[in-house]
Amino acid sequence: MKSLGSIRRDFAPWNDPNAKPYIQFDKATKKFGDFTAVNNLSLTIFEREFFALLGASGCGKSTLLRMLAGFEEPTAGRILLDGQDLRGIPPYRRPVNMMFQSYALFPHMTVENNIAFGLKQDGMPKPEIAARVGEMLKLVKLEQFAKRKPHQLSGGQRQRVALARSVAKRPKVLLLDEPLGALDKKLREETQFELMDLQQSLGLTFVVVTHDQEEAMTMADRIAIIDKGEVMQVATPAEVYEAPGSRFVAGFVGNVNMFEGKIAHGEAGAASIDAGNGITIRTENAGDAATGATVAFAIRPEKIKISSTRPAGAVNAIEGEVYDIAYLGDMTVYHVRLDDGHVVRASTMNAARITEDPLSWNDRAWVSFRPDAGVVLTR
Amino acid sequence: MSNAAVTAAASSRAAAAGKSALARLGEAFVGRLVIIIPYLWLVFFFLIPFVIVFKISLSQTAIAIPPYTPVLGFGDGLSGFVAQLRQLSIDNYVWLTQDALYVNAYVTSVIVAAISTVLTLLVGYPIAYGMARAPAMLRPTLLMLVILPFWTSFLIRVYAWIGILKPEGLLNQLLLATGVISQPLIILNTYTAIFIGIVYSYLPFMVLPLYSSLEKMDYSLIEAAKDLGCPPTSAFWKITFPLSLPGVIAGCLLVFIPAVGEFVIPDLLGGSQTLMIGKTLWNEFFANRDWPVSSAVAVILLLLLIVPIMLFQRAQARAQEQDK
Amino acid sequence: MTPTWSRFNIASIVLGFAFLYLPIVLLVVFSFNESKLVTVWGGFSTKWYVSLFHNQGLMDATWVTARVAVISATVATVLGTLAALTLTRYTRFKGRMLFSGMVFAPLVMPEVITGLSLLLLFVAIGLDRGFLTVTLAHITLTMCFVAVVVQSRLITLDRSLEEAAMDLGAPPVKTFFQITLPVIMPAIVSGWMLAFTLSLDDLVIASFTSGPGATTLPMKIYSQVRLGVTPEINAACTILIAVVAVGVIIASLANKRREAQRQRDEQTAQRG
Repeated sequence: MKSLGSIRRDFAPWNDPNAKPYIQFDKATKKFGDFTAVNNLSLTIFEREFFALLGASGCGKSTLLRMLAGFEEPTAGRILLDGQDLRGIPPYRRPVNMMFQSYALFPHMTVENNIAFGLKQDGMPKPEIAARVGEMLKLVKLEQFAKRKPHQLSGGQRQRVALARSVAKRPKVLLLDEPLGALDKKLREETQFELMDLQQSLGLTFVVVTHDQEEAMTMADRIAIIDKGEVMQVATPAEVYEAPGSRFVAGFVGNVNMFEGKIAHGEAGAASIDAGNGITIRTENAGDAATGATVAFAIRPEKIKISSTRPAGAVNAIEGEVYDIAYLGDMTVYHVRLDDGHVVRASTMNAARITEDPLSWNDRAWVSFRPDAGVVLTR
Repeated sequence: MSNAAVTAAASSRAAAAGKSALARLGEAFVGRLVIIIPYLWLVFFFLIPFVIVFKISLSQTAIAIPPYTPVLGFGDGLSGFVAQLRQLSIDNYVWLTQDALYVNAYVTSVIVAAISTVLTLLVGYPIAYGMARAPAMLRPTLLMLVILPFWTSFLIRVYAWIGILKPEGLLNQLLLATGVISQPLIILNTYTAIFIGIVYSYLPFMVLPLYSSLEKMDYSLIEAAKDLGCPPTSAFWKITFPLSLPGVIAGCLLVFIPAVGEFVIPDLLGGSQTLMIGKTLWNEFFANRDWPVSSAVAVILLLLLIVPIMLFQRAQARAQEQDK
Repeated sequence: MTPTWSRFNIASIVLGFAFLYLPIVLLVVFSFNESKLVTVWGGFSTKWYVSLFHNQGLMDATWVTARVAVISATVATVLGTLAALTLTRYTRFKGRMLFSGMVFAPLVMPEVITGLSLLLLFVAIGLDRGFLTVTLAHITLTMCFVAVVVQSRLITLDRSLEEAAMDLGAPPVKTFFQITLPVIMPAIVSGWMLAFTLSLDDLVIASFTSGPGATTLPMKIYSQVRLGVTPEINAACTILIAVVAVGVIIASLANKRREAQRQRDEQTAQRG
């Protein structure tokens, strides 16, 4: 089966026109004085979805999360949770919980009391609280740390306490603000999978804010890419990467080579693009771009082949000179300066330990790619 | 490099090495001085005086200069010194404990200081809290406004209240004019006036540590509490207040300790009817010229305050650790 | 995230500041009162200021106080800075506990105790009470305040500044004078100002330790206050308040301007 598909093949409520939205931002706007943090934004999130809000810092993604938690009220528009308008409901009455970026663990309380805090607010009977806290400690594997204070824990342990505290109340939605931001790389990768398992086993809806695209790609069912308070694209990780909707998205997620040009002539999705200086690119992914339209052709580095001679039968092949090589271990990245000065980035997996006749600096080289390897962007 | 240049470089390096050995010795000496000068100063002008106070508290009043006996000294050799030691007695302390006036003065001072401290906390906390919640760009100005009165004379600030509190003073004029009262209130020369004076004079000492502990508190903790279902008032008592406790303790100690031995406020605002130990000590010394008894009063006052003072020092040390 | 500034917060600040400032404002206002009855307004007049300048006793006391304050603040700043360095830099030496105790205790010690004990010391060593003894007493008291102010700056000082200087070849003493001292200078200046005003302000310790011919202004004011409130004292107080207020405001404005200039420079630098 050919697909850009999601990994959870059986879970795609966004493709189901009858699916009931769980969280809805309906033309939500948030202004702080003159500054518009969120601009007329509409977004739908489904139950049990792992949804990521991805964007650079200051793009408004955290404001979205804070509006959902109730710390900010939208200046205009509505936010609905399970059909209920959240306007005017204070944070302490909303069935959502948040895991804070700083963790916000209460420094004067033990791990146990931190986790029990929310349950006590609900007036849950003591034996039940104890049972739930025990369950949560087990879930995050911190049983023997119950009596410790936050400052006696490592960063990773604090993160897990924060997580346990925020899921202890079994919220309808768990909001995670840069949940892994403070962890080092290795721990972050492990924790990503733990979070995914937790979401699956608890059956909660997760909304995570992150600026780390790898994190979003790994964990999320769908990603919303936010820029200047607006949604640029909402799609599965694979779609965002392989079929970006705009130049911004293509450039924001992963590395990309971009050729600006005009559609020379096209029919039924296939087209050739005149990228100037005698470079013509043939593509099968032109969509409905009309002849003469100004477009960008975007292609990922790993989809470009690099060779010292022109590959026989290549549809797209351009000559240039190797001017930079970065050896990364699992792959090597080449920067090739085309004869018109344009720099193309091509990466090659190092599938073998030893390379015959490797390319070196200042070597002449050909970059080539298949006609279905890139996408045409009109926006 | 030419030969000559190499030799020159080597010799200059050797000179530098020689100098640095000497310099290192010099620096070790300077490092010592940094400690020794203030250390000796404080030992001589702060610690030794207490020893002298203690010694004189065991002496007897005499009509002489200085007005007490024995004056310890080695003028008569060692045996003379021992003989002088024999003359020391705890009579003054016995006298203090037997005279209800002194006992009362101590007890009253502690109670007045304690009540004033609580009142100062009640007045100061909302101010500090409001300042910590103020927009960040306003905070330095507010902070300066709290500190500014502290720079103006303590004596003047206490004095200002006389004109306000006295029977024909501004407060009574205002209350009479607005018809709140028909008879002037007698506030001046009562304990109420002392409370007002202490709260007023020591307010910055309470507000500053409170503010600094409230201001550095992470606001996301309050948000987390609300997020977990805690309404604002309850979040204040469960999160904000417990976390501001170091500030509360520091502020209370900064008010309580000096207030116990306060002289100017009870003297100017409390009049002759109120009894506080600072005033008693002053009178023993200046009016009665009884140096041994006033020394004994000071020693007991110090013993009374030694625990709070040590608590204060520990709080200071801990705050310092946190800042590092 | 910024907390909200509620109406309750604003009200408590306004009321609190009214409480702090109203008595001082009233005192200043009534120093311009024509009437001799301090609390009854009899019209505007500056006659009390004029009579103030003809009060030779008050003028003498002012001169004594100013000299004591300048000298003691200066010496106390040096000693206090050394003490602050000791507290932050030499964390282990014999008697460190005692030392920090001696620095912090005077901050809260009732003044009657400090005053009495210093007096008894001066008597014991046979030092005649007067200008010198008051100055020594004030140095002892105020150096502890300077130490606390400077120390709080030293704690937050980036040690790598000094390490960089030494790495570049500056020996410790040079590093102190060329790097550390300039950086902590604002704290030292405010330490000096604090010491100056504390000395200017002190009644109790000065009463114990001063002798004939060294009556300070607070002592003079106190003895007059005991006789009753007069507009002349109000005038004296107003001048004292004005001097301090102007000093503090100038210092903080200068500070603010330096800060603003720094920010402007940074912005310019950022823009390139």
